[in-house]
Amino acid sequence: MTETPKPTRILLVDDSASMREMVSFTLKAAHYEVHESMDGVDALAFAQDNDVALVVTDINMPNMDGITLIKELRQLSNYRFTPILTLTTESADDKKQQGKAAGATGWIVKPFDPDTLLKTIRRVL
Amino acid sequence: MALDLNMSQFHDIFFEESIENLEVMEANLLSLDIARPEPEVINTVFRAAHSIKGGAGTFGFSDIADFTHVVETCFDEVREQKRALTRLMVDAVLESVDCLRYMIAQSKSGQDIDKDKVAGIRQKLIALPAATQSEATQQPTPSWHIYFHPHDYFLKTGNDPYRLFRELAELGEMQISGQLDRLPPLQGMDPELCYLSWHIQFSADVARGDIEEMFEWVDEDCELHIELGGERRQHADRRAGGRTGGRRADDMQLPTSAASGGQLPGQESNSIRVNTEKVDNLVNLVGELVITVSMLSRFASTNRRPVDREKLKQSVEQLERNTRDLQEQTLNIRMLPIDFVFQRLPRLVHDLSRSLGKQVELKLSGNATEIDKTVLEKIGDPLVHLIRNALDHGIETPAEREAAGKEKVGVIALESYHEGGNIVVQIRDDGAGIDPEAIRRKAIEKDLINVSDELTESQIHNLIFLPGFSTANEISGVSGRGVGADVVRSNIVELGGNVKVASQKGIGTTFSLYLPLTLAIMDGQLIRVGEDIFVISLLSIIESTQIDSSLVSAVAGKYEVYRYRDGYIPVIRLHEVFGVQGANTALDDGLLVIMDAGRRIGLLVDDILGQQQVVIKSLRTNFRQIESLAGATILGDGTVAMIIDLPGLLEFWLAENESANTPSAAAEIST
Repeated sequence: MTETPKPTRILLVDDSASMREMVSFTLKAAHYEVHESMDGVDALAFAQDNDVALVVTDINMPNMDGITLIKELRQLSNYRFTPILTLTTESADDKKQQGKAAGATGWIVKPFDPDTLLKTIRRVL
Repeated sequence: MALDLNMSQFHDIFFEESIENLEVMEANLLSLDIARPEPEVINTVFRAAHSIKGGAGTFGFSDIADFTHVVETCFDEVREQKRALTRLMVDAVLESVDCLRYMIAQSKSGQDIDKDKVAGIRQKLIALPAATQSEATQQPTPSWHIYFHPHDYFLKTGNDPYRLFRELAELGEMQISGQLDRLPPLQGMDPELCYLSWHIQFSADVARGDIEEMFEWVDEDCELHIELGGERRQHADRRAGGRTGGRRADDMQLPTSAASGGQLPGQESNSIRVNTEKVDNLVNLVGELVITVSMLSRFASTNRRPVDREKLKQSVEQLERNTRDLQEQTLNIRMLPIDFVFQRLPRLVHDLSRSLGKQVELKLSGNATEIDKTVLEKIGDPLVHLIRNALDHGIETPAEREAAGKEKVGVIALESYHEGGNIVVQIRDDGAGIDPEAIRRKAIEKDLINVSDELTESQIHNLIFLPGFSTANEISGVSGRGVGADVVRSNIVELGGNVKVASQKGIGTTFSLYLPLTLAIMDGQLIRVGEDIFVISLLSIIESTQIDSSLVSAVAGKYEVYRYRDGYIPVIRLHEVFGVQGANTALDDGLLVIMDAGRRIGLLVDDILGQQQVVIKSLRTNFRQIESLAGATILGDGTVAMIIDLPGLLEFWLAENESANTPSAAAEIST
């Protein structure tokens, strides 16, 4: 009896619809399961009730920003070791470090092409 | 200029900091293995030079800044692997360190710097043959050596070493060996921490930047060294300058796969990971417990009801047993084998003897002797200094040794053992010995003694411990760098220990460090003098005896000696030393406790009471330091008793009786 393995679930958090669209499309094409959230509050609520293998989050968002989200996630017992990647722009070097300080695993620099995104994600999955 | 004035207030800090940096440079230079320099050591030297240069520039010492720049450049090139490290370079840089020390000393005291001298050394540095690293061109596929040491919290960043290795493996061939030496025993392991580090031999046609990029996310969460070339290094221990320096790592080699978990090395050294504060608290707690037990014991002996008394006694016995177990266990946590300090010495001797052109064999014994952690931590530097001293001033060059009819290879023997309540660490060399005349001359020159002073040989030897005898200004000579013998002594005395030197010209020199076994609790013997109770170290007691006054004779009418076995021992009347009123003064009515205080002495006491473990409370922190007292303790009935410091007491007593005795007379009575 064959059973397809459960796809790896990624939580994608970004307030920009176009960015969500692009990332989500790429990830789904690579057979990941994607849950999209528009802000930190929404993402945190989802994370509390569901298990995800990876969190990819923007930094600047309304309601709860990415830095706060990372800090909150790291407080949850099942997210202490979960990889978390931030989406940052090349110029915002301090944002990378802020994210790291809050508990992020690494970052993906915007703009990126689908190949770079997948390659980066494979680094932590 | 007002600005200059404001800057000058930072000068002292700058000087101090620079001297520290020079020490760091020196220590690291000396530990360098020329053939296989450890990147971290190179880096450390570079950083130290860099910060001296920065400070010198900022505070307007342009000549220091210029000079340091040359040193910095030199090491920067080594660091960048643009040039290879050579013995010549290390020597030249060591010379520069001395030169910088000189420049700083001159600047500090506002004196002129001898420009010619500085220029000479500077030229030597510049003229170093520029040996370049050629491996890169010889190898078709570049081979990298990567040392990756994640900080213990590494996993909490969501990163995983395994994934990093997996990514690396996509680029080329690699050999990974995991270092398991920091892995604690299973029961002490926190599964959320990363205890491992790895050496990776990586062959891939990639640039340094490509490798760095892989570690981009984690560069602050780990120690990472990437260097070009190098054959596989086995048993390499790359922790530079760590306290447990030369400890051999447990290498575990795995072809292209990461080690996680793995087998336990079962190393005894892993047990050092104990939080000292916790241990100290525990020791204190145990101390309180000991006091409680003494109180209970008293209660048990005054309770008159027979049935209760029996029960009480039983439970008290139980409590005593438990207390003792707990106490032993607790104290054991703090005890570490002296090997932790010893093991970093062979390397030092090796490097130093080579740079001095001497041949030396280092013999270590008693490595397993256990000693209190605090003591252990503080004897490292004094030992290093004494070893350097032995190498530099003691052991002669092979030619000199042959001429003196000695073996070409000199011997430095380090030994540790228990003696009485002490740990003794002995550093013995078979070198030239201390030349009393040279020491005497130097002491006169430095105004430490008068030309007319008549000193015994051993008194002359002891002059080397005087502050100001050796100065850090000496440019040449290995042991002239940094601390002097006075610092060695003050470090040891601070620990409640003592240093002795014995030397014979042409035969050799022996330094003996007497160190306390532990700093917290001692086995005490209670003695009574008048109404006062004192505590003496049980371990130092040889015997106690009723005095036969016919065996006591007076030296120079003041100083009493007692005929004991084959010699005479001084009789110290405790009631006189401590000014106790109402004590027995008649020899025949008192007891003599014969003790080993480095030499044998007899203490005249009124009575000998019980033995008990006492918790040593510092007088210095609670009151003030008193000569001849090691501290105080609280007895079972709540009274405070003073603990006698035997060597201190003897010294004090000898000083008091000095007028009646010449030093040689004092020496004669020792057995």
